Amino acid sequence: MSATATTTVTATDSPRKGRSGARPLHLPGGISLRVERRALAVGVLLTAAALALAVVLIGTGDFPIAPWDVVQTLLGNGTPANDFIVNDLRLPRVLVALLVGAALGMAGGVFQSVSRNPLGSPDLLGFGYGSAVGALVVIILFKGGATEVAVGALAGGLLAGVAVYLLAYKQGIQGYRLVLVGIGASAILIAVIQYLITKAQMIEATRAMVWLTGSLAGRDWAQVWPLLAVCAVLFPLVLGQGRALRMMEMGDDAAHAVGVRVERTRMLLMLAAILLTTAASAAAGPISFVALAAPQLARRLTRSPGGNLLTGALMGSVLLMVSDLASQRAFGADQLPVGVVTGLVGGIYLLWLLVTERRAGRI
Amino acid sequence: MQRLTAENVTLGYDQRVIAENLSVEIPDNSFTVIVGPNACGKSTLLRALSRMLKPSTGRVLLDGQAIGSMPAKKVAKTLGLLPQSSIAPDGITVADLVSRGRYPHQGLLRQWSAEDERVVNESMASTGVAELADRAVDELSGGQRQRVWIAMALAQQTPLLLLDEPTTYLDIQHQIDVLDLCAELHENQGRTLVAVLHDLNHAARYATHLIAMRGGEVVAEGPPQEVVTAELVERVFGLRCQVIDDPETGTPLVVPAARRARVVARAE
Repeated sequence: MSATATTTVTATDSPRKGRSGARPLHLPGGISLRVERRALAVGVLLTAAALALAVVLIGTGDFPIAPWDVVQTLLGNGTPANDFIVNDLRLPRVLVALLVGAALGMAGGVFQSVSRNPLGSPDLLGFGYGSAVGALVVIILFKGGATEVAVGALAGGLLAGVAVYLLAYKQGIQGYRLVLVGIGASAILIAVIQYLITKAQMIEATRAMVWLTGSLAGRDWAQVWPLLAVCAVLFPLVLGQGRALRMMEMGDDAAHAVGVRVERTRMLLMLAAILLTTAASAAAGPISFVALAAPQLARRLTRSPGGNLLTGALMGSVLLMVSDLASQRAFGADQLPVGVVTGLVGGIYLLWLLVTERRAGRI
Repeated sequence: MQRLTAENVTLGYDQRVIAENLSVEIPDNSFTVIVGPNACGKSTLLRALSRMLKPSTGRVLLDGQAIGSMPAKKVAKTLGLLPQSSIAPDGITVADLVSRGRYPHQGLLRQWSAEDERVVNESMASTGVAELADRAVDELSGGQRQRVWIAMALAQQTPLLLLDEPTTYLDIQHQIDVLDLCAELHENQGRTLVAVLHDLNHAARYATHLIAMRGGEVVAEGPPQEVVTAELVERVFGLRCQVIDDPETGTPLVVPAARRARVVARAE
């Protein structure tokens, strides 16, 4: 067959035709990094967007503050009133949004890559529901405060995550098995959630419902520090495994052939992603669809195959902050929990994904 | 002592034993081909040799060291593997895919060197895919794609290369094309090749060393001229045949007996 006879590609296929354009970057000390120019550009743009959004979000609320004043206040040159509003009230909330979005974006990238399935996100694998059961047990049965709820969510999510991993394990983890076990676990956990709500008093039931939608309202430094600690440890760890994860996308055998310890890498990455998801849930409740959409959107922008872990994390931050901004601007401060908006945006995204995939003839 | 050997290995999945107490030596600088009927354990043996399958007893030795206890990247610098099915990530280019073969030579802070660049270009040149470097792998034909995967395995620069049924799913001309490429790699670059092949005639033509398996045991091994006989083919594959000289190469050529002759033989 001749080399030229096989290519007829239509315009809708453009993401598939992507050229990563990887360029080596040589640094002193024999260090060389492989940089994909397009991914780098996307990363820089997303970072800029995230920072700009953060400034706008801090300025948004019952007492609007101009972006320039927000920057001045963050740098320590603000008026005492602005200083209180910015640094004590709004900055921690925006930081939670930034970190939760990033954690979900990165965790989603890991799971989609490990399961080789764009639907293999923590939303659908049951960990979110595990967190919800943990949180609801604390709210409804023990009537615990915010910190106890966070601990409950963390414990519930981890338990569910580890259980799903162990149940899906059969001489290693296979993508479809993982997704199926996750769907089964979700169904069981949803039943438990509903049972718990039927047992609740009015006040606890309301708290439970608010928690279940996912919200950034009233988040303060107490939520920021533990989340920041988890992210500070796990982001570098996950990114360090990014190259191995890319090899694993070619199949376990091919990854094995180039010297990746497949099962160990997968376990490490899944554990990290479960921790990131549950830490995010503990801080803001089960924010839906960010983990599902962020890595896919990042991938379409970078046109680079693979998990797009870093760009996916940045995209997650941007998505969550855009949703938060939209809910605040449209409905006033904290009238609409951010989880509702991400759910709405996510539904639209899923429809868009179906339409484009259909056009590309893949479903 | 050869570089790659299996010593009294017992192989299987879960509780199902496929081969017991199997010992095999891969002669250095050979093009070894493993043949046998379906489920004879030939692919299982290859998986064990590439340390993808851990023997329940016995051990596989690479350069005298138990392969299971060696660091994964160190093994991957000595022993390459072309798996039966690999997935090309969506939209990846030929050059990018071949570059992935450099993984065992790289680290977090040494992701791309001039040496990597040179080896990748060389690998693409020697497999004849250099002009496809910027094309997306999923646009290529089956034969071209297999060449790209072989190029990736070559970029690993391993003196030993295992190939699991490299010609399956290919048309006849691409099968020959891939086998020619293997023969070139063996002759010109001095690599030791181990392949599992289905087609006995291909095996007889290209192998320098043949291992015939049946029921998890090695029935015969040696140069194809000595191993491939009518008697052996019947013993291994249960097929009556004549073995004649290949008119092109003089290697043994298996010609199955006519249906009538086989029916008569079965009746007796």
